[in-house]
Amino acid sequence: MRETPLSNCEKEFILSAIADRKRLDGRQTFDYRKLKICFGVDTGCCSVELGQTRVLTQVSCEVTEPKQTRPTDGILYINVELSPMASPSFEAGRLSDEGVELTRLLERCIKESRCLDTESLCVVAGQKVWQIRVDIHVLNHEGNILDCASIAAITALVHFRRPDVTVSGEDVTIHALEDRDPIPLSVHHMPICVSFAFYDQGKYLLVDPKLREEKVMDGKMVIGMNKHREICTLQITGDMLLLKEQVLRCSNIAVVKVQEITELILLAVDNDKRARKEGKKFGFAESIEKEKITSHHTESIDIDLDQSTSQTVENEEGTGVVGQGGKNSWLMEDDDEEGEEIKPETQTTTKSKKKKLNKEEGMNF
Amino acid sequence: MEVDSPNVELRPISCDLGHLSRSDGSATLTQGDTTVISAVYGPGDVRISKEIIDKATVDVVYKPKTGLPKCEDKIKERIIRNSCETIILAGLHPRTCIEIILQEMQNCGSFLACCINSACLALLDASIPLKYLMGAVTCCVTNQGDITLDPTLREEKESVAGATFVFDSKDHNVITVSTYGTLSTEQFQTILKTCREASKKVFEFYRESMLKKVSTCV
Repeated sequence: MRETPLSNCEKEFILSAIADRKRLDGRQTFDYRKLKICFGVDTGCCSVELGQTRVLTQVSCEVTEPKQTRPTDGILYINVELSPMASPSFEAGRLSDEGVELTRLLERCIKESRCLDTESLCVVAGQKVWQIRVDIHVLNHEGNILDCASIAAITALVHFRRPDVTVSGEDVTIHALEDRDPIPLSVHHMPICVSFAFYDQGKYLLVDPKLREEKVMDGKMVIGMNKHREICTLQITGDMLLLKEQVLRCSNIAVVKVQEITELILLAVDNDKRARKEGKKFGFAESIEKEKITSHHTESIDIDLDQSTSQTVENEEGTGVVGQGGKNSWLMEDDDEEGEEIKPETQTTTKSKKKKLNKEEGMNF
Repeated sequence: MEVDSPNVELRPISCDLGHLSRSDGSATLTQGDTTVISAVYGPGDVRISKEIIDKATVDVVYKPKTGLPKCEDKIKERIIRNSCETIILAGLHPRTCIEIILQEMQNCGSFLACCINSACLALLDASIPLKYLMGAVTCCVTNQGDITLDPTLREEKESVAGATFVFDSKDHNVITVSTYGTLSTEQFQTILKTCREASKKVFEFYRESMLKKVSTCV
């Protein structure tokens, strides 16, 4: 299905609102939308909602051979899936330009900033290393997927636990999660992407643009930064030119935003850890708000089988029936004339029947 | 073979309808800890290669949480598609496409049943015309011949056989059966009966959820 384009009057309306320092959802220029992070039952599974944009991330691991150029380094693999769930224009299994750009930016932000200590993922040098795979599924596209995905990816990496490994000589044992406590990954720092949209040749700027604001923007600047004020990525796209002051101003805004988001992530991870420790309920089932009018919840339901009125039809042994059952009609000898013809008793009857048959055949012609 | 009194209980169910803004209908369904998100687009425009001139094309995409879809995921997708095709009145919207997308969120047992129930809720939320609703229930048989309704992942792993039944909401007839392992005739009949009773509770849940959702408008 094709994406619905934005009409001209809608475009003009949004642009004039931005010129009046107003935004469609009543936010201020530098405001982020509401951020919500919840975790699944598995480690390394989290769902992040930024306003209505929603992303699901799952981290998984397996033991593989290292790259020949880096025999002692583990491998980090990032995969972004633009699921057709997110927007009707996304197609399943095909990576669009938008998907490639997102993957590349996240790779630059997370992989190339070396926030994950890949050397600690080595099991046997040159033979066995852990491969960490981050699968990012976009579930709902309401603008600024990148920020949402980068938050989800780093949160999932912090939340993830890999199985413990012991090496004795040549033997490598991977302990099951029940036997030994799994080990968290060593994450040095948490880079987070902050997107800025520019309008009217860089005159106006918005933080965290939503879908409609993204559709009318001139260009976009992405800053990947951690809470130590270190810039990990910086990318400017679109047909516009920026002044040095503008870039510096944006990086100052990013500092504040990154601090806020990092604190929120750490709080969410901490809450989840405490819930698990204290034996409280956790997982997605708990994250559904039950007071909402669109949600509904029931406790466990006992099924009373004695009251059941439904009757199952049991057939005799060896019956093959399709549908509601009934008497077997397969391979039954019919009482019609053709059946008798096979075993003729007397010469005369067969003759008469042959005549009859001929008659019938004649009638058919 | 003697069948013991089965352990019959459905885990807590909760759902959230219409929480994805882009799709025409969406539902998150959790049964126990098993969670599936599904979204429905349509009836919308269809690619010419998939177009059917006298009815709507029903397209189901199932997305696993890690990695690319494997063979077993494709089988799951096919089962869900066949079930959905049965209940959708596709003849009302010729030359269009109804797209159903399912995303695995958490698999903690009875996963296929959760997928199908979630798809049904999303179809309801998208107001797609349906012949009847469908309700899926899984049942499994342990080594000792005990029956467990709505098994968790561990119970499923310890079981020797099991089946997922999909029933229609009108006459409670079977739409789909998917089994694994070997079941005797008596066992099959018992779990069929158990699942049929349980499916009535699933339909009750659908009704209550929809009642709650439309309560302010009516």
